[in-house]
Amino acid sequence: MYDFAYHKPSTLAEAVGILADPEARPISGGQTILPALKHRLDRPAALVDLSGIAELRGIRREGDRLVIGAMSRHREIQTSPVVGSAIPALARMAGMLGDTQVRNRGTMGGSLANNDPAADYPSAALGLGATLVTSGGRQIGADEFFQGMFSTALEPGELLVSIEFPIPEKAGYAKMRNPASRYVMTGVFVSRGPMGVRVAVNGAGPGVFRQPEMEAALAANWSPETVAGIRQDPDGLNGDIHGSAEYRAHLVTVMARRAVLDAG
Amino acid sequence: MPSVSLTVNGAPHTVDVEGRTLLVELLREKLRLTGTHVGCDTSQCGACVVHVDGESVKSCTILAVQADGSSVTTIEGLAAPDGTLHPMQEAFREYHALQCGFCTPGMVMSAIDLVKKHPDGLSEHEIREGLEGNLCRCTGYHNIVRAIAAAQEVMHGRSAALAPAEV
Ligand code: FES
Ligand code: FES
Repeated sequence: MYDFAYHKPSTLAEAVGILADPEARPISGGQTILPALKHRLDRPAALVDLSGIAELRGIRREGDRLVIGAMSRHREIQTSPVVGSAIPALARMAGMLGDTQVRNRGTMGGSLANNDPAADYPSAALGLGATLVTSGGRQIGADEFFQGMFSTALEPGELLVSIEFPIPEKAGYAKMRNPASRYVMTGVFVSRGPMGVRVAVNGAGPGVFRQPEMEAALAANWSPETVAGIRQDPDGLNGDIHGSAEYRAHLVTVMARRAVLDAG
Repeated sequence: MPSVSLTVNGAPHTVDVEGRTLLVELLREKLRLTGTHVGCDTSQCGACVVHVDGESVKSCTILAVQADGSSVTTIEGLAAPDGTLHPMQEAFREYHALQCGFCTPGMVMSAIDLVKKHPDGLSEHEIREGLEGNLCRCTGYHNIVRAIAAAQEVMHGRSAALAPAEV
């Protein structure tokens, strides 16, 4: 890892000011950027530690929405009674990602802003129709936020502040992990609620995407059997040493069925 | 050069580091606490697990500057001053939960965090799942799981002494 200047601002305004420098990068939990810097995939002049900024913390229910501060760590989300009662599938997801030590450090905002195709939260955000609130004062819908592999609607230097999830009637998640790396091979998040019926797929493609055919079928008849016969087109899905595009397409159907079962 | 002030195993330290210095480098190279191991340096193996403010973390994947102001416990900080082992250490010894011992400091630190977070007790399955972040290339895990199952009874005060391993 190359050396860098380290800053730990205590306000959002201060952080955004330092991040105006294109050579500066934010660090939240560090579970992705530190391994990347060790591999010298990037050489920032400065790292801006977001962990001292109160505006990025906190998990609360505001009416029919669950609001999660971007710096909330996976472990906080996993164990939060507020999340557990509003969107239990989200708490379960937080408890299933990485391992204990990663969950003690990693953050929801970091994961969403990174938008790794094999990350978990993007499918929850898209599958619940979340709104992503940024330091630029923008409120970006999940349908616009995710723009393919490692790419989002965030401008350079713009930070996620919080994520607002409309509270669904039902939601569920299921994933198949790579047995060695434990990263997601294919995951499916389903929900029914104020945003309609939504089905979002992570891990299978270059970015998270919705599955309109399954959404329509579940809207007509919410049951695991409804999706069991719907085939995902493998065209455009990821094929690599871990699994072919056809295998991942097959997993979409299997995981969708399990996700509906998980939602109940 | 940034300076980091933290408490390690109860003793306060102020150390000059680089921005890029990892917590494990501070512990091993600056403080010479070499009980914390580096197996992979890529957040996979868990040999480097320590507690930061009571939570288990991979010290190869946290900067020393991120631990500024915190309280760190390493494997060296577990035994009592008179040398009496922590119940988890004692259980690893009694149950032969190690072979080469390379993974052991991280296993013990993860296991203590796991047991503390489950006051109602862990099943064998939960112990195995809870060790997801720790790899052992020698033991096949079985005796590690048995050691943790025995240690939790002592740590939660349900049994005064460690149940002896059957030979
Ligand atoms: S050395 Fe830190 S996880 Fe392997
Ligand atoms: S005892 Fe050798 S790696 Fe675990």
